[in-house]
Amino acid sequence: MDMGSKNIFEKPIGVVGAGSFGLSVANLLAENSEVLLYARNPEALENINTKREWNSYRIHQNIKAIDDLEQLANSCDIIFPVVPSANFREMMKSLSPFLHPYHILIHGTKGLNLNLPKGKTLDTMQVLERHHIKTMSELIMDESVVVRVGCLAGPNLAKEIAQGLPAATVVASPFNEVIQIGQQLLRSDRFQVYGNPDLIGIELCGVLKNIIAIASGALTGLGLGENARSLLISRGMAEMIYLGKALGGDVRSFIGLAGIGDLMATSHSTLSRNFTVGRRLAEGETLENILGDMQEVAEGVNTIMIAKKIAESFKVRAPITEILHRVLFEGLTMEEAVQYLMKYPLNVDVDFI
Amino acid sequence: MKLKRYRSKRKYEPILPGPREWPVVQLSRHRKEFLKEVVEEAYGRIKNNTRNKTALIEELETTLYKEKARIRQTPWKVDPDDEHQFWGKVKDELLEISHQKVKDEEKANKILLNIIERYADEIAGNFNTSHYRFARGIATFGFNRLLNAARVKKLGGFWSSELSMDDKIQINGEVDKLRNLAKKGTVVMVPTHSSNLDSILIGWVIYTLGLPPVIYGAGLNLFNISIISYFMNSLGAYKVDRRKKNLIYLETLKSYSTLALKKGCQSLFFPGGTRSRDGRVEKDLKLGLLGTAIEAQRANYQEFGNDAEKIFIVPASLNYHFVLEAPSLIRQYLEKRGQERYYVENDEFSSSYKIITFLFKFFTKGSDISVSIGEPMDILGNKVDNEGRSFDSKGREIHPKDYFVFQDKITINKQREAEYTRMLSKKIVEQYSIIARVFSSHLIAFVAFEIINKHNKKLDLFSLLRLTEEDLVISYNEFRSACLKIKVKIAERIKEGRMSQAEHMDDNIDNIIEHGLLNLGIYHSKRPLIKTEDGDITTMDMNLLYFYRNRLDGYGLEKHI
Repeated sequence: MDMGSKNIFEKPIGVVGAGSFGLSVANLLAENSEVLLYARNPEALENINTKREWNSYRIHQNIKAIDDLEQLANSCDIIFPVVPSANFREMMKSLSPFLHPYHILIHGTKGLNLNLPKGKTLDTMQVLERHHIKTMSELIMDESVVVRVGCLAGPNLAKEIAQGLPAATVVASPFNEVIQIGQQLLRSDRFQVYGNPDLIGIELCGVLKNIIAIASGALTGLGLGENARSLLISRGMAEMIYLGKALGGDVRSFIGLAGIGDLMATSHSTLSRNFTVGRRLAEGETLENILGDMQEVAEGVNTIMIAKKIAESFKVRAPITEILHRVLFEGLTMEEAVQYLMKYPLNVDVDFI
Repeated sequence: MKLKRYRSKRKYEPILPGPREWPVVQLSRHRKEFLKEVVEEAYGRIKNNTRNKTALIEELETTLYKEKARIRQTPWKVDPDDEHQFWGKVKDELLEISHQKVKDEEKANKILLNIIERYADEIAGNFNTSHYRFARGIATFGFNRLLNAARVKKLGGFWSSELSMDDKIQINGEVDKLRNLAKKGTVVMVPTHSSNLDSILIGWVIYTLGLPPVIYGAGLNLFNISIISYFMNSLGAYKVDRRKKNLIYLETLKSYSTLALKKGCQSLFFPGGTRSRDGRVEKDLKLGLLGTAIEAQRANYQEFGNDAEKIFIVPASLNYHFVLEAPSLIRQYLEKRGQERYYVENDEFSSSYKIITFLFKFFTKGSDISVSIGEPMDILGNKVDNEGRSFDSKGREIHPKDYFVFQDKITINKQREAEYTRMLSKKIVEQYSIIARVFSSHLIAFVAFEIINKHNKKLDLFSLLRLTEEDLVISYNEFRSACLKIKVKIAERIKEGRMSQAEHMDDNIDNIIEHGLLNLGIYHSKRPLIKTEDGDITTMDMNLLYFYRNRLDGYGLEKHI
């Protein structure tokens, strides 16, 4: 394709967030379109616009960084928010005054958000109900008037995409037009795009696989081998499906590219942040220590806290999540955790289809 | 949200001065032209749906097959005499095409057009202003007389006017807003549906509130009886035949509704599609007709831009102590659920005698009825103010036109609109569960059923319904304390804006129970709840108890029993 000379749509495409995945998405989009990238950090802004490099990522010439959300919303009809889940609501609160029902939002954030009654915390909540838990698309619809919402999920390790290696993603949305737009914008010789109408299910794939990625890192840290990892991945898959179904996802989504596909990539890749957390924990470091020197958020840690409560509240079997919770927050060692799982009295292979 | 109280004595002036201004009058005056438009619209849609002539011919054959089956299996009195003849001719024509080597598309198109014309003519209402006035006058007068005859038990009661419909039927909720919006745009009322009486009741409500007559789809079976048919026609009803489930019929029906809405006709759908069989407040809505509201709104915006007339969706809940058809409704439900058996769309109103007894019983003996008008919304379920402007949950103004815009232009996208319809139906269902008013009778039916359920935890629904008499007795003390507990839980939910209740529920628990026992399913031959000689509580008909219990389903109250 003749790079950058022709836009699919008249208006530029917006991206919010200049983290590693935000930059990857912006670079992919820039192959077909003009891109406006919202970056909060002035240093990032400066580097992106002048040096065309940031955070060791090269920046495509079609990308222009700005620090004004109003300008972004006024200039772009299609926006890709890619910020950590912990900042997502705050970002939406700042963005939503400028959004209209004609906007289309396709997010790439793989985390959950809690919407608890005033004065309550996750610890003081006895039981979580479904409406307390928000996926990012639900959060977008909560905070803004935008209804045409979608998400990106799949095996998209940012560093591999930056190297131009072949990859694929899923665009999920109940709206066909959103899927089509995602495909038109992102598709290239090296990037394939699949569509799925089960928005919630696909979001949950991306969210829940981070739990298993942490466990996989731990296996590597302990040097337990590939039989153990396969065991983990297949049982992890089952656990993701139990939790995902409880929250309204469709089982079929979990056996697709965003489910098993992404799970494979994250569980094998030493590049993934969640994997790194698990590995370093297994090597004896404390969580505080690990999180202290990570540049970007490992979503999996937050997800484990929420998923454990979900498992209890919805009466779902989730032994991997529960045991990781004990390792992360209750002082259990990884060795003890592995022993516990190997003794877990559960022996039905497939009971979720 | 606590619904505002409207004392029934209040009178509402008509919001439009005279019949000449009523869109429905415009529609019937130009019936022929309008039907032509409907036929064109439906023809276009179906041609669009069946991309090539093979698909079209297949659709015609399917329709023919289904129609033949309908004529054989479920004939109704109201069906025209020439049905055999008409479909016989369609059959011959299709047969002719099937013998051709190169299928004649023109011929297939002609068949399609004939079928649509026939359907459109059948669906179309026949509104007539003087008939409307006459029919309404008769209805109000007659009902009032009947009411007095029954209530005022003295000689000459029939001619007394001490009581009127107003005393019997309360209207609460967003009445003023509804009236305001009817002046600013096109209102689509979407009430809950539990009884055949609903059509008549809501017609009366619309008149009482001073709104111009609405057009609404009424089940074709109601037209079986000439007198009812006369009333229905006069009140602006068009006919919906639930037996006809073929694409051509459904598209014709939707075209009729969309075009009427575009012309500004206030409309009414029962979005549940059919009466609630199990007594629950509707949770799943039929999206077909609801979608026409969204389509008409988009078409308005395309034609008139920002000046387009807005369409407002107004949910309403009709609340009764007893539903006369309950025994047959719940039986159908249980049969279907128990055996997944096909059941015939049956016709309880098969004779004038039945319907007259029904009405007589209802208006003489039936206890209080209330109608709650819910929060009006735009076609995406956003709140609207008195001026008809839409607002999001944060109070920012929204222009609904933008929902149809992509890259600065309004685009037609059926899949998008289907998704919007689903979103709208969720909002309507949410409103239903908020505005459905809890009556004493609902409370006691729910509590009694759940206590029996709790005593027999291991039984599934069908075994529960088959319990023997001695297992159905509940001690009064247990019953009373459970009622009290649930009453408190309901009060909590009302505070959170999730439920509403009738004024008689403000009384103390003993009076509420008495009131409930007196009113629950009052004229069924087997009462759903009675007091035994020992003062305990029991049921004569577990199925009916289940039916009335379901009114309070879905609020998570059962875990407090």
